[in-house]
Amino acid sequence: MISRKVMGFLTAVVALLLSQCAPQPAARSNSAPQQVELTVFAAGSLTEAFTELGTLFETQHPGVKVTFNFANSSTLLQQISQGAPADVFASAAASFVDKAVAQGLIAPDHVRIFARNRLVVILPKDNPANVQSLSQLTQPGLKLVLGAKEGPMGTYVEEFLNKASASQAFPPDFKEKVYANVVSYESTVKGVVNKVALKEADAGIVFLTDAQSAADKLQILAIPDNLNVAAVYPIAPLKASPNLAMAEKFVQFVLSEEGQTVLARYGFLPPNDD
Amino acid sequence: MQNELTQSRPYEGYANRTSRLIRRWRDSLWQALTLPMFAFIGIPIAAIFLGLTPETIWRSLQTPQAIQAIRLSALTSFITVSVSVILGTPVAYLLYRKRSRFQHLLDTLIDLPTVLPPAVAGVALLIAFGRATPIGQRLAELGIQLPFSTAAVVMAQTFVAAPLYIKSAALGFASVGCEIRRAAALDGANRWQIFRYIVLPMAWQSLVSGCMLTWSRAMGEFGATIIFAGNLPGRTQTMPLAIYIGLEVDLHTALSLSAILIIFSFTTLLMLKTVLNRHTDDTLVE
Repeated sequence: MISRKVMGFLTAVVALLLSQCAPQPAARSNSAPQQVELTVFAAGSLTEAFTELGTLFETQHPGVKVTFNFANSSTLLQQISQGAPADVFASAAASFVDKAVAQGLIAPDHVRIFARNRLVVILPKDNPANVQSLSQLTQPGLKLVLGAKEGPMGTYVEEFLNKASASQAFPPDFKEKVYANVVSYESTVKGVVNKVALKEADAGIVFLTDAQSAADKLQILAIPDNLNVAAVYPIAPLKASPNLAMAEKFVQFVLSEEGQTVLARYGFLPPNDD
Repeated sequence: MQNELTQSRPYEGYANRTSRLIRRWRDSLWQALTLPMFAFIGIPIAAIFLGLTPETIWRSLQTPQAIQAIRLSALTSFITVSVSVILGTPVAYLLYRKRSRFQHLLDTLIDLPTVLPPAVAGVALLIAFGRATPIGQRLAELGIQLPFSTAAVVMAQTFVAAPLYIKSAALGFASVGCEIRRAAALDGANRWQIFRYIVLPMAWQSLVSGCMLTWSRAMGEFGATIIFAGNLPGRTQTMPLAIYIGLEVDLHTALSLSAILIIFSFTTLLMLKTVLNRHTDDTLVE
């Protein structure tokens, strides 16, 4: 009847209005060119360092507002490939930027390595399980917390465990026994740090930088170089960025001496130091 | 007003009929205002199913992680509902009788978990029952360690979801008129008999719908679980956790689990509205 026709007509109108919505954001950013908003998607482990870098960058470039989206690198990649409006992508592992390059989101020659990180074992300050060496990670009943196997941390931890199991210093079933002690695969590295700092877990494996962010509540057990991983942090502007020039400037700033000093203060290693 | 009077006359002229059509057209205009909300809620739900074929769902659900997650969600939510009924029914009865001096305080306390962000619930549980806390240490002496256990999942779900059952049950108890209870008491029924043979049968619909609400909420619990119980496949990784973690590797498994949760919740809520409401209508007719 009439009312149904009316509804049909209005549905069409609404659909039309909705379809008109899409191009509007572009028009908005054109109308105010002097106020640039730079959106940086960065790995969760960069939270403190990049927040400081962002503030510094803003003071050096008036009219630029840097906003961050900190999350697991794999989550960030998902969001970017689903069309999230990002200008810069800083990942905690090369594989995610490689995937973005493969998907045509990043130009391959724009990718730079800006920092390195290494794995450490963290223990609560009073070390309730009395862990003194890496081999004790297999001790029965130890409550171990790791980052999600699906994320970059999971891959790095597995690399470390593979190297350890293959070496003479550890039994060949080291990896299996360590995994058997896992009580939780936390979705973020910060989750691992918190569970250990709160003494819910006896040990965790995280990046050195994450351990330093809660240094007063933790003990750190080093992992030797020959077993450790080469965790590199790549950064790149995104092809689709409406502020490509400014995005490139931000990347250069992170690589600059000033940027590197800030990163070093948070425990990151320089990109090419062997 | 005048228009309505003219319209109700038996002899309608052509002009009248047209004006009626126009008016009805105008009156139904407001319904267009419902479209944005229906679209806003409907489109994301539909989008989950759009990228899925029954085969993809079926194949994704064969993965051990999905099977473990579904089994764990079913088990923990079932225990949560049972615990809510056993420990929540007396609370609901107390709240409905409104005898307690701290009535409003207790009522608000029970309401609190439903409005708190689940992350707050998770942190609170961790700070209260964690290993380093006094309660946690007492429990550890008894050999009980709650964090990272399936029991912790049930605790997180119960904390967040049990109030839904309690509130629903209290409303159900309140719908039983006090005349009926007094009449039963006059006939010599004791307090337990009144509850068992009068209040419970009359309030059962509210109890059942409360159970279903608690069940759906428990199935969907995420924030408190991931903070208090952690994430270990087979032990604490329920469906919502598997969806969140799985999103990072295998979009299809995450989407399939999401689809199952949506179908489950939709069916539960629909059942609540149709089956239970029909029953109410029947009772009214009788």
